[in-house]
Amino acid sequence: MLDFHKNHKLLVGTALFGFLVLSILVALIPAFQIQKTQPLPTMEAFSEEELKGLRIYVEENCMSCHTQQVRNIEMDNTWGNRPSIPSDYYYSKQRQDVWRQSPSLLGSERTGPDLTDVGKRQPGMEWHLLHLYNPRIVVKESIMPSYPWLFELKEESKIKESDYLVPVPRKFINSSNKKVVASQKALDLVSYLQSLKQAEMPKNPAVSFIPSSKENKPTANAGEAVLPDGQKLYMNNCAACHQADGSGLPGAFPALAGSAIINDENPETLIRIIMEGYDARPEYGVMSGFEEILSDEEIAAIANHERSSWGNNAVAVTPDKVKQIRVFVKSLQQ
Amino acid sequence: MKNIKFYIGLLFLITIFPKEVWAQPTPNPDTANWMTSPGIVGTILLIVIVLVIAIFILTVKASGYFAQLQKSGERSKKNEFNERLLEMDEAEIGTILEKRRKAVSYQLTSSELGSDLEVEDSRGIIAGVTHEPNNPLVDEKKKSPITLDTPLPLKKIITWYIGASVFWLVFGTLIGQYLGMKFVWPEMDSISWLSFGRLRPVHTNAVFWGWASLTMIGLGHFVITRTSNNTLYSYKLAWWAWWLMNASVAIGTLFLMSGINNGGGEYREYIWPVALLFAIGMVITFYNFYQTVAHRKIEEIYISNWYLLGGLGWTIILVVIGYLPMYQDGLGETVIQGYYMHQGVGMWFMTFTLGLIYYYLPSSLNKPIYSYSLGVLAFWTQMLFYTLIGTHHFVFSPLPWWLQTVAIVFSAGMLIPVVAGTTNFLMTMRGSWNEITKSYVLPFFLVGVVFYFVGSAQGSLQAFRFTNFIWHFTDFNVAHSHMTMYGIITFMLWACVYAILPKITGREPRQIFVGMHFWMAFIGLFAYMVSLMVGGSMKGLSWIEGEPFIQSVILMQPFWLWRAIGGTLMFISHLLFAYNFYDMTRGLKKIPKSPDQKNPAPADAGRNRLRTKNEITTN
Repeated sequence: MLDFHKNHKLLVGTALFGFLVLSILVALIPAFQIQKTQPLPTMEAFSEEELKGLRIYVEENCMSCHTQQVRNIEMDNTWGNRPSIPSDYYYSKQRQDVWRQSPSLLGSERTGPDLTDVGKRQPGMEWHLLHLYNPRIVVKESIMPSYPWLFELKEESKIKESDYLVPVPRKFINSSNKKVVASQKALDLVSYLQSLKQAEMPKNPAVSFIPSSKENKPTANAGEAVLPDGQKLYMNNCAACHQADGSGLPGAFPALAGSAIINDENPETLIRIIMEGYDARPEYGVMSGFEEILSDEEIAAIANHERSSWGNNAVAVTPDKVKQIRVFVKSLQQ
Repeated sequence: MKNIKFYIGLLFLITIFPKEVWAQPTPNPDTANWMTSPGIVGTILLIVIVLVIAIFILTVKASGYFAQLQKSGERSKKNEFNERLLEMDEAEIGTILEKRRKAVSYQLTSSELGSDLEVEDSRGIIAGVTHEPNNPLVDEKKKSPITLDTPLPLKKIITWYIGASVFWLVFGTLIGQYLGMKFVWPEMDSISWLSFGRLRPVHTNAVFWGWASLTMIGLGHFVITRTSNNTLYSYKLAWWAWWLMNASVAIGTLFLMSGINNGGGEYREYIWPVALLFAIGMVITFYNFYQTVAHRKIEEIYISNWYLLGGLGWTIILVVIGYLPMYQDGLGETVIQGYYMHQGVGMWFMTFTLGLIYYYLPSSLNKPIYSYSLGVLAFWTQMLFYTLIGTHHFVFSPLPWWLQTVAIVFSAGMLIPVVAGTTNFLMTMRGSWNEITKSYVLPFFLVGVVFYFVGSAQGSLQAFRFTNFIWHFTDFNVAHSHMTMYGIITFMLWACVYAILPKITGREPRQIFVGMHFWMAFIGLFAYMVSLMVGGSMKGLSWIEGEPFIQSVILMQPFWLWRAIGGTLMFISHLLFAYNFYDMTRGLKKIPKSPDQKNPAPADAGRNRLRTKNEITTN
């Protein structure tokens, strides 16, 4: 009966059949099931521009270094407020066309940061364009490739009204009398990146991070609140534009070292800028607010780091002060 | 004896199951004691095993060298003897000489045992005449004396398959080397066709489908005909498959560089029309192999052919499932991706290569495989366990928790086929350890077998949830994939190529170049692996600590540099391998097409049959 070693038909037939059955159980059935997932009501479909940007993201194979999945373990909290759920991929992971399948956006390597929530974390248009033209303009230690073929070098006289000029510092342009103009592809890609935000979960979040057993957040120690690490928060949230040494980037992001706003004894302007963002000076890029992203303690810690570093010297801010300002800002919005 | 080993293996499995596999959601681990976690301790142990074996090989080689040094010591004893002679008095010497003269003057007629004919080595049995036997640069290796009678068309097919694969190896690893350097100098170029994202799949696909697959299939053609004791079903089909598969890799490479990819899923980056070419090549090869086995001249199907046919058939199913679109929207694609990328490695490269080892290892040692039954056990468990573990690439992802758990459980189960295979190979090698010094093929086999155990077991450990905290998404994965695709598959394939090519072309490579190839590849791989493992672990710990991301990029710099250095050594060794390939095959065209190549002499045919029989008779 079971003479596998003599009957080639039986041997090959059994091996192929067995493999097929197992494949159906472990791949096809779960794939069909999970494909039925519907999007969250808070999610929006891509605009045409964003979808084109996604195509460029796939074309340049950004997935080989950037993941788009927030795992349900606490260390991934850096990359999003909640773990990713199947619905998150409803719009982005559709078949592209006859030739190309649904993109593998989840990724397997995190050589660069996770991009699930990059639209919230890094909302500025200028920043993205500079970073794509040459990542080392904004992040010195970055090893990401430059994408100069998404930009054009134009002479000043040929620049049209509709062209989007990118404020690239001189030393990063080879021909000195030309200016960098973003191509439509670059703009599409940036609009895709800006659209990457975790959708709000309706009601109570059904998914949450598996909590940390370690460091139980240092809670109030005899009334005196211990602030989180301001430098770490600054590095994660601010340094990409304002740089680790607070020097900013001329033409794109203002310097914080020696800034009058930061050294002001009254921290109100500083804290309001952190919360509401800033777009008052045309020579710099737009900054968006962190009201939703950072807590009172975190904002206070960042402000204190900025007020005591790079030669800045101003009195510390308390979370209570931040709280007051948050209430005030809220009242303005109503 | 065998059973006991199996139960010990099972016991070992059971002891590690409850702790790791059935563990419920674990919180961020306490990283203070990370070094003592079972997964990490296991990995370190495994790497130490490789080191120990490397040292073993080195010691064996070195002891051979010292034996030679000893000989020169004996020479100096002779000198002492001469001096003693000078001190003797005349009379004493006189009597000794007289005795000696008588002894010497006795002469044989010099033809007692033979004839007066002049000595002539008409069959070319004496090989490797050296004029300085005491001072060779490297140890002299055993020649492979048998030239197997292989039909010329088959010789050509095997040579061309391997030849094409050598090209893809050099090309693919040149790209890999360039990519490795980009980690250190990201500004090396800013040409779209050479950017990192586009080139990475060029590297992986060229070495997967170009190098490993083509060599495997080329070597498989020999095994399938030899162990079926018959000629290949169709030479023409083999050539069709050759053209289709090469075309697929060449066109696929151009598409990837120009930015046309299937969606970035690893190892299925070629768009479907390009992958289809490869798939048709696979189907043709499967049909050709299957028919050859169906027309075999012996009753049993040798165990190698189980693996070869299984590997081909499974991979065809796999590619079809991987490319059909009906269930691949949303996370459906991710389920398939985990399944596909893992089975691509497990059902294709690993299965097929195991089949090759079951033939080439015992035939290089000139003895049968240790156990046929272990091979059968490994075959079915390979199918059962390997198929279920793809999702371990997505632990903690939004994929269903049960799917992840199944993957982790069976990853641990993979130890059964791995232990069965390793035991089988090592027991086959047992008793022939001294052959290692004498052969340039066996060191490759030994390293491959050791990595088979180490790389696979380490992979099982890496699937555990704890190790995923530290290693997932880091460069550790890259180290693991090189440890397996390079340490296991590539080393095994080199062993097989060096074992068979000289026998069918009649030309052996220069041994010093084979030795250099071996050591540069091995040391290069070790530098590559260890640097990325250490760096990857530090990266993971930095993430758990919540340090800014850029910190983990900065801390990797020195490790990326070491990786590039290791990669350079590996790449140079491939150039040597390419030269050796050229050296072994350059005479092939000149071989006269003698009639007895098609119809082997009766005596030879008898011997062939006997050998085949020996190989399948096992305990």
